[in-house]
Amino acid sequence: MLHVLLIIFLISLFYLAIANRMSTYVNMLALQGLLLFFVAFLELKHINTINLILILLETIIFKSVAVPVFLNYVLKRNHITREAEPYVPNFVSLIITTIIVVTTIILSNTMEEGKLDKMFFVVALSTLFTGLYFIASRRKIITHVMGYLIIENGVFVLSLAVGNEMPMLVNLGIMLDIFASVLILGVFLNKIGDVFKDIDVNQLTNLKDY
Amino acid sequence: MILIYLIGSILIGGGVFFNRGKKTNYSLVSLFLVLQVVFSVYACWHYNETASTYFTFDSLGIIMLLTATIISIPAAFHSYVYIEESEEATPESRAIYFGALILLITAVSAAYLANHIAVVWIFAEVTTLSASALIYHHRNKLALEGTWKYIFICAISITFVFIGILFLSLSFANAGSDDLAYKNLLAHSSSLNSSWLQLAFLFIFTGFTVKLGLFPMFTAGVDAKDKAPGPAAALLSSVIMCMGFVGIFRIYVVVANTPLLHWASLVVGIAAFISLFIAAVYMVKVKNIKRMMAYSSVEHMGIVMLGIAAGGIGYYAAILHIVLHSFVKSSLFFQYNQLYKVFKTKNTYQMGNYFKYNTTGSMVVLLAFISVTAMPPSGMFVSEFLVFRSMFEANQLILLIAVLLLLTFIIWAFAKNILKILFIPVVDFDESKVAKVSPWRSTFQFIMLGGSAYLGLNPPAIFVDLINKSIMLLPH
Repeated sequence: MLHVLLIIFLISLFYLAIANRMSTYVNMLALQGLLLFFVAFLELKHINTINLILILLETIIFKSVAVPVFLNYVLKRNHITREAEPYVPNFVSLIITTIIVVTTIILSNTMEEGKLDKMFFVVALSTLFTGLYFIASRRKIITHVMGYLIIENGVFVLSLAVGNEMPMLVNLGIMLDIFASVLILGVFLNKIGDVFKDIDVNQLTNLKDY
Repeated sequence: MILIYLIGSILIGGGVFFNRGKKTNYSLVSLFLVLQVVFSVYACWHYNETASTYFTFDSLGIIMLLTATIISIPAAFHSYVYIEESEEATPESRAIYFGALILLITAVSAAYLANHIAVVWIFAEVTTLSASALIYHHRNKLALEGTWKYIFICAISITFVFIGILFLSLSFANAGSDDLAYKNLLAHSSSLNSSWLQLAFLFIFTGFTVKLGLFPMFTAGVDAKDKAPGPAAALLSSVIMCMGFVGIFRIYVVVANTPLLHWASLVVGIAAFISLFIAAVYMVKVKNIKRMMAYSSVEHMGIVMLGIAAGGIGYYAAILHIVLHSFVKSSLFFQYNQLYKVFKTKNTYQMGNYFKYNTTGSMVVLLAFISVTAMPPSGMFVSEFLVFRSMFEANQLILLIAVLLLLTFIIWAFAKNILKILFIPVVDFDESKVAKVSPWRSTFQFIMLGGSAYLGLNPPAIFVDLINKSIMLLPH
């Protein structure tokens, strides 16, 4: 069951790679939050109850409700509907995502066997690199933020893998999640939306070595 | 005491933030400086003791803490001058600025002393928050762009460090312990799983380079130093860089005690050389004086990490170099505000004949230039020379020649711009509007430049001893 959820998580990355509409990105992020909720519930068996409740609440309330709602609000306010002309065609994106996933699978096989479930490692690393790829290949700042949120989800998967032995690390991950997301989303996406009317990274090229 | 310090600073910072009266603000900032000095003295007094489980007053921590304390006093003074002279400063922006300044100094001090990798990580996060408030001080489009880039790249880097910590815990899983304190990691260094440790080191190193200002994440720091007010940029290029260094150095010590030492030094060396290369390329082209100083910081961090990679005397030289660089570069950034006051521009093409308009300030620029390019009478000459010697001893002759070539480019570019600013008059410059700058304002800058020369040429025995103790755990 755990593996099925993680594979669905992996598939959501492929879906994101070919997505055009902003609402698809937001829905996928919400779905990933929901998947993480179930993964956390199934994986963290040896953790104390209060901590588990905290983690579950974070995934369900923060990741799959609060962040998507806020993103939708930003999208509406700035009238953004789709990712205009990405740097690379969707088909190429799909291939690159596939290459990333295959590479992480190969990498995971070179690692020595530890206590870690390989599936977690593959999903986490491919999510991380796919997120980085999204940041590098998309134009809109809001897509960059979504790329960052995808990276956060990947990190969360990895922290769940060690969660039973070191629950402190999962809590730190949650702290990172909330801190960085609030800093990025709350303060600056709002500000950037106000100052730059159409938020496109091409407008953020004034700082240079002229 | 460390808890009192942390709580006290947060209360003072909060007080500055919420109480926007001018007198209250400045007296609270002075109170914080007193607290910072008292805490540093306390830390020296309780050398090598552990406080509140997660903090140890060890040698490296104390060197960096003292550096930060010494820099924080002129930083507060120059911030005061800067804010009071600026026309656009409101009580609100002043309160946010000083609140963030206090939070930043507190967070870096705590990060220096932390003995647990997760605690260093938490305080690194706090510095991102406070530094971004400082960078966004001007509230305009360019400042927003700089802040956005800084926050975004820092957020990614901090995530990288976290992934590194997760891999570290996986590498540690077989050691039968789950405490990620550096001491514990060192004690179990033989049972760390090496392939996980490699991944962990790569991620932690990459993550902390954003604070250290090294390749690959250096870009955020350069933009940030360009847009931040002068005194804040001074802190970004001194105490924050020291924090990045501490973060990397402590994990490097752990890795160096495993068979991965050679591999790790290779990783660090490659990143350092690429940083030097990038700094050389940009410094030849750049015309913005603040960005030029920022790239010079990238160059010096490259030299510091080359010393770490070479080993031997290089470890000593690296720590000496980063301390001296902190003093010199912050005094240069403090001086920048006087430059801006005279010329009203950052563009080196429109600056010139500074000696005529502000003789004291131009002496600072000249002395700082001699220090930054590591010419003989300066302290940084000694440390840079020792780095080169360590590379020579480590048989990295080809690398050394390449580094020296790049440094020649950098010195040429730096000298071309600085000497022009100092001596060559600008065409069409309206002399009648030049603002007078009081010579006394440069006092702290002279003290810091002199201090760096003193520490380099004739280091007190206790300072040498502290550096030697902090590199004791590295294999020689």
